[in-house]
Order: sequence, then structure tokens, then C-alpha cells
Amino acid sequence: MASISLRVNGTSRTVDVDPATPLLYVLRNDLDLQGPRFGCGLGQCGACTVIIKGEAVRSCIRPVSTVAGAEITTLEGLAQNGRLHPLQQAWIDEQVPACGFCQNGQIMTAKVLLDKNPTPTDAQIRQGMANTLCRCMTYYRIQSAIKRASKTIASASRAETEVNA
Amino acid sequence: MSATRRDFIKTSGALVVGLSVAGEILLDAQSAAGPYPDLDFKQLDSWIVIRPDNTATFFVGKTDLGQGTGTAFRQIMADELDMPYDKTSCVMGVTDVTVDQGGSGGSDALQTDGYPMRRVAAEARRVLLELASARLGVPVAQLTVSDGVVSVAADSSKRVTYGELIGGRKFNTTLTGSNINATTGQARLKDVNQFKIVGQSPQRYDIPAKVDGSLKWAVDAKVPGMLHARNVKPPVAGAKLVSIDESSVKGVPGFVKVVSKGNYVAVVCEREEQAIQAARQLKVNWDKPATAAFPSSENLYGFMRTAKPSSSTPPSVVGNPDAAMMTAAKVVEAEYEIPFQGHTSIGPAHAMADPSNNQLTIYSNDMKSYGMREGVAQFLQMPKDRIRVVWMEGPQAYGRTAADDAGFEAAYLAKELGKPVRVQWMRNEETAWDTKGPAFLVKVRGGLDAQGNLVAFDYDARSADFGHLGYNEPDTVLIAQLMGIRPSTPNRGSSAVPNEMYAIPNRRMTTHVVSLPAVWETPLRTGNLRDPNGPQSTFASESFIDELAAAANVDAVDFRMRLLTASKDEDSGFKRARSIACLKAAADAFKWDTRPSPRRVGSGDTLTGRGIAYTYRSQTIVAEIAEVEVNRRTGRVWVKRIVCAHDCGLVINPEALRRTVEAGLLNGVSRTLHEEVRFDTEKVTSVDWVSSPTMTHLDTPESIEVVLVNGDPNPKRADLPHYGAGETMLKPTMAAIANAIFDATGVRVRRVPFRNDRMLAALKTAKV
Repeated sequence: MASISLRVNGTSRTVDVDPATPLLYVLRNDLDLQGPRFGCGLGQCGACTVIIKGEAVRSCIRPVSTVAGAEITTLEGLAQNGRLHPLQQAWIDEQVPACGFCQNGQIMTAKVLLDKNPTPTDAQIRQGMANTLCRCMTYYRIQSAIKRASKTIASASRAETEVNA
Repeated sequence: MSATRRDFIKTSGALVVGLSVAGEILLDAQSAAGPYPDLDFKQLDSWIVIRPDNTATFFVGKTDLGQGTGTAFRQIMADELDMPYDKTSCVMGVTDVTVDQGGSGGSDALQTDGYPMRRVAAEARRVLLELASARLGVPVAQLTVSDGVVSVAADSSKRVTYGELIGGRKFNTTLTGSNINATTGQARLKDVNQFKIVGQSPQRYDIPAKVDGSLKWAVDAKVPGMLHARNVKPPVAGAKLVSIDESSVKGVPGFVKVVSKGNYVAVVCEREEQAIQAARQLKVNWDKPATAAFPSSENLYGFMRTAKPSSSTPPSVVGNPDAAMMTAAKVVEAEYEIPFQGHTSIGPAHAMADPSNNQLTIYSNDMKSYGMREGVAQFLQMPKDRIRVVWMEGPQAYGRTAADDAGFEAAYLAKELGKPVRVQWMRNEETAWDTKGPAFLVKVRGGLDAQGNLVAFDYDARSADFGHLGYNEPDTVLIAQLMGIRPSTPNRGSSAVPNEMYAIPNRRMTTHVVSLPAVWETPLRTGNLRDPNGPQSTFASESFIDELAAAANVDAVDFRMRLLTASKDEDSGFKRARSIACLKAAADAFKWDTRPSPRRVGSGDTLTGRGIAYTYRSQTIVAEIAEVEVNRRTGRVWVKRIVCAHDCGLVINPEALRRTVEAGLLNGVSRTLHEEVRFDTEKVTSVDWVSSPTMTHLDTPESIEVVLVNGDPNPKRADLPHYGAGETMLKPTMAAIANAIFDATGVRVRRVPFRNDRMLAALKTAKV
């Protein structure tokens, strides 16, 4: 066991665990952040996705010791000042989830996709989301929601530009 | 009923807002005293609670598998009760607070269970009107109700709310009915044309908490002192435990105990990652069985073809199929192969059981929570009223949790250790050992007369379904099997005949079940996979109808339409008229161009075609058209567009229904193009998402159109029924895609899934 300091959703947290423990179990069991979920433990499905340094990271295969000090964002940290992230709102507006178990990974992966490319093409959305699995097969609406969020973000940033001008 | 959970929920109005309920139950776990007797379904108070603030909570003994049934229940009950939708909430599937409506299964939530829910809501409205009549001094006939407020029709200033009439108090109204589904009061149901909320599309109440991370799922259940367990499965089917070297895990930090009985082995640790490590590290000696448990997946159909059936149903015969076949101008024959397919849920099996207070609370996503309670009571020989199952949301697998292994395991381990234990399967365990949809081998022959009319049809299906595990049975769940428990007779299993309304003068339908060598302790145990036998039988029959249409050189829609209109016979649900309406609606929406298949092979890498298939399930009718692109360089099939005409009678929530149908269609696409359980002769070799591929974002169609059809001959009738919608849509998908591939390429694919390598080989053979 070792004491490890983490920055999660803007807050400093310290845990006392085996440094090799996958981040997923620390988030879920020690920090009560249960948005990320166990799907495969192999980094294949994406249900456990969190964001670290702007990248979508599969927390089920990432030893906690390797992310000490890095800013970690989980699904619970996506809303800002009580306002849902445009992707979360789009997920509600499009009524995306069926069971919803995988949607943590879908939303977090889409967040990184839009952060890197705010106006992706349909093909870029498919490619960017290709390795994030949904066994209820809600893919069609996920892709619609990503496009919707992309438009929301674009119009919000236009409005901001106008204000600044 | 004890003054615990239910009264807590009833009085804590603020807490009872949709999804917070499960969380509150969770928080209250330690203080729940029990016992937990069955609720009395003949008391109105068991179903509906109205609070002083004029809000209502409905207690429903069903579970929601992510298809919005909870939202639909609120809609139909709010409408019968005359309450605004947003003043209602719904608690589902918690065995000590909701009556035993059986949980979910068979897409019966609205079709069957919707009726008692409507009747009890209507009865509550009737009782409230009587109370209002006494309060306002006006006969009931002179009262009106809107949004939970009763007013005098002639003087709307005289009014009283439901909350004022009954809030915080009990109805104490006795209902009648010989069983839960027959529950009724004295009130009559509304004419469906009077519904205001039904037919609207309120957003699903469960979705916000699923996207902001606040929902507590069964997988999140946690209580102080809880331990973590992982199973150690036999390495091959039928392996016998010889010995366990416990010293191999003594050094694992947090190690608590190895639990084993028969061939069931689990490791319990303080922390989850410790349990995972210990389960990997535990040295277990197993004896492999001397004979092969099953043929390999490559040899499966050869085995099924020659095996002596374990059971056969007497053929169902109309006319004289043999004579008609003899005199037919053209006879067509084909054989279709559908593999075992797994549920392969995105989240492996899991549950947490808490043995506090000498009782058992099981937190589970079991779709049949009541069955689990019953099954665990028998399995552990505990009185049923000492056990409750708290249903919470989970990763869906559409049938997997009807035989929910993890709940039994958690219960057993919690009892053994005397502490709360959470168990979760690993990915390889789930993919290899979950219950499977049975493999099918179907032979069909058809005879056409000189005019291209179908005069004879001979269908013969074999399914590898012997020993089928339907439900939470204490002698068939996997832990029981591994412990050596056996039912006196294995389930015979079943096969299936096609569901269509075609008028064929001479036909024979025969079904058989075959058994694999290993029946028990095998990863090829079959269970209820979303419409257990429907996709298989429909793939064969609707592919074959297409083959006949092509042989007759007739358009595939016209050929089916002729078969549907050749008779006027109807059933009580007007399935023939509604089938015709769906076929027409699908063709119209697709802008189907009438011509025989295949179309002339084009040039270039990509060949395009379209195919139709139709079926029904119970009373729900579906006609689907798939448009595909087949890449002749890679063999890849892309389903570019799907049109689905869907008639499930009265639609409660059109937008939620569309999404359920869309996702179900893609479930069908995944099963058609990717899914197949692979195995050698002793174990399943599909163990993760690489060896067990599924559909991904890359396969998503460009367009999915769901056309909601009401094909009832009297579409506005007051009693238009509401039928199920959870499964029918994926029955015809395999055939629609196969038919589209034929249209595009002229190649008939008869073995599911249509993987790239198989397609490529078929195209090469046909020189396409």
C-alpha cells in the first residue's frame, strides 16, 4: 500500500492503495465516483473512460500510481457551475440511452473528440467513437447527439466571440 | 407489512422522485428490519400512494430494461387517474414495496401488466371522486376531474385536490381478481381516445441521472464492511475440482477466504482489485472430463444434422404438402444455419447481498427480481419473508438476468461469510459462461405452381436448446449446477416455427430439439436471448420466402402481399389486416421499386441492394426493409438504411418507442453481421470483445426510419390494445439483410453471421 495524491474533478484526494491498482477501482470504491464502470477490464469497451490531460483514458487498465498529480475528470465532473455539459444536454435532448451503462464512455470519449475537433464530420465521429461499445446499440442516437452538441458548442463560442468583439 | 421501507417511501415524498428511490433504499439498507412478507395485491394501497402535496407514486412490479417502460407506466396510470404526468413517480421491482408482477420478460410489460395498472389507477380515481362527492356535497355525476383536482361542473370555484382528499392516508380499498394480472376494482377503463398523456412523448425520467453520473446502479451498491468476491470458473466444461492450494493466495493483501463447494470456487477479499488478483492467482487442480463436452463451433451443424433429437413435436400439417410438392412446377430447397449467440452484456453479472439482521437483502439488476427472491429462498433454505431483492438499474442483456447467476452467488457468499459480499464476473467469464441463444439448423422446401404461386411449404427446424434455463431456478442457476445440484428432469427446450399470416394451401411445420453431449456445468447452456427463438426461425422462413419469390421471378413485396391477401381469415387481433398494413407502410416509406431480385450486378467495388422481411410476435407486427452495400473487395456488408413499419397497437410514448425500435434493429444488425459463440470441444473460446466481436459505431446505418402503424380495421376503437415492443423488431432483421445481400450480389447467404471472410468466400465462389 502507498499513499497517492490525486486531482479529481478539481479536488485533491489522497488514497492509500497498492500503486498497481487500476484507477477505476480507486475512483469507484475509494472516491465514490461511480460514473466510470467496469465493462471488460481490458481497455476494449470504454465503459470506464475518464479524461486525463485531454485524453480519453481507460481507467480499468491504468495503474493509479501513473496518474498521481494529473488532473482527472470523471462523468461527475463534466457539469460546470450546475450546468450540464452540452454533450450531456444533447444526450437528454436526443434521449440517447437505452440501459445507459456504457454511456459514461460514450460521453467522455465524445468530449475528447469535440475538444480536439469541435466540428467533426460524420465519418470522423464514427472513427473517433469506433472503439467505444454499446450493447443496446444506441449508436444512431449517440451520433446525432454528438452533432447536436457540436452545434451548441459552436453557437456558444460564436456568441462569446461577439461579446468579446 | 412492516412499518419500514414502504412507509418510509410513502411519507418521504421529496425522496420519491423517480430514480432517487433506489438510492434511498440503499441508504436505508442497514435499518430495514424486515420481515418482508408479500404485498397484498388486492389492496389499492399496494399500488398507489397520493401525498398531501397532490403528487402520486405508482408501485409497479416490473423492471425497466432501458426501454422506458417505467415512463410508459407513469403515462398510462396518470392518464387513468387524471393526474399530471410530472406529479407522478414510479417505483419498480423492489420485492417488498411493489407487488409481484413477475418483473420483465416476453415484452409483456404493457401488453399484459399494463391492464392491472390501468385498472387500479381508474379505481383510485373512482374512490377519489366518491370522497370528493361527500366533501363537496354534490353527486359524482356532477363532478369533473382535471390534473388531480376535482371540481363541481357547474361551479368550478368548488374544488378539492386529490392530495386534500387522501394525502398521507390510506385508501383501504379492497380490489378483486383471481391473480395479480386480473386485479381490478369497480371502475371502468377509459376510452383510449380520452387519453391525454398516452400518445405524448414525455422524456424518459431515468435518463438525466444516467448522463450526469448521479444514478446509483446495482453495480454501485455498497454498504459498510462489504467484501468483494470473484469466481474461479472451471477451465473447461464439466471439469471436476480435485484440490485447492489456498497457500497460493495467502499472501494477497486483504485476502479473507476461499469458498468452495462442489465445483464452485470463489475468492473473497477486502478490496475489489485484491479479489481479482487472488482469483487469478489461486492454484486449483481440476480433472478434465474424459469425453468431449460438445462439437467445436466449426462442426456444430454437422453434429446437429445427424444427432437424434431429444424431442420432436408432431408436425403441424395443413392440406397435403407431399402431394402438392410432387405436382409442383418448381421445387426449391434450402438449409439455414444460425449459431449460438451470447448475451455478452456490456457489464458482466454482478450483485451484492447483505445478511444483516439475519436476513438477506440482495441488490441486483435481475429483470425478474421476484423470481430471484423465490429462487434464493429455496437455494439457501431460508423463509421467503426473510429475503428481499432491491432491483436497481443494470447493463442490459435482454434475457440474461432472467437466470441471474450473480445474485445467487452473492447471497450464498454473504450467508457463508456472515458479511455483505459483492460479486462481479470478469469479462472472460461473462462472455464464455453467460446463457446463450440456441443454435438452429432449419431445412425448408417449397413448391411453386406454373403461375409462380406458393402451393407447398415444408419447414423443419432443429434447435440446440436442450436443458434451456429460463428463470432463477434454485437447481439450474450456474452456482447450483457447479455445486452438483440437478433438477429431476432437464428442461426439454424448444424450437420454433415462423410467425406469419401467409395463406399457403399445403404446409407442414416440424420442430426438434437436439442435445449437446454436455448438459450441465457447460458454458453452452441456453437461456432467453431477446426473443429466444424468433430471429432464428424468421431468418430461415423469410429468407426462404425471398428465395421462392426469386424463383418465381416475382417482386419480393408483391410475392408476400399475394400470400397475405390470398385468404380473408382473421384472428382476434386482426393480424392479417395489420400485416398487410405494415408491409405496405414499409414499402411506401422506403419507396420500394417493384422488380424481381437480384438486380443486375453493377460495376465497381460496392454493390447495393434492398431486402424485405416481415413477421409478428404475439400481436406486434413488423415489416422491415434493409438497404445494404456489399464491398466485393473486402466482403464487408454495411447496412446503410433500414425502414421498419411497426404496429404494436396503441402507442404510449412514440419517441421512446422509436428509440427502442431503432436500437433493437441494430441489435439485429449486430447479430446478423458479427455475433457467433465460438468454441472448441471443451470450452468457449469467445472471451472478450476481440474474440467476440459486436457491432460498433462504424457499422451504424446512415438512416433508420421507424414508421408507427395502426393497421387495426377500426383504428379509433375505444379499447385499442397496447402490445409489447421490446423484441419483435429484431426478428426479421437477419432475413431482411440476407435478402438485401442477395438483391445486391445474387449470392444467397444462409449461415449467420455474414462476416467479411464468409462473404468474401461466397462472392468468390459465385464469381461476383
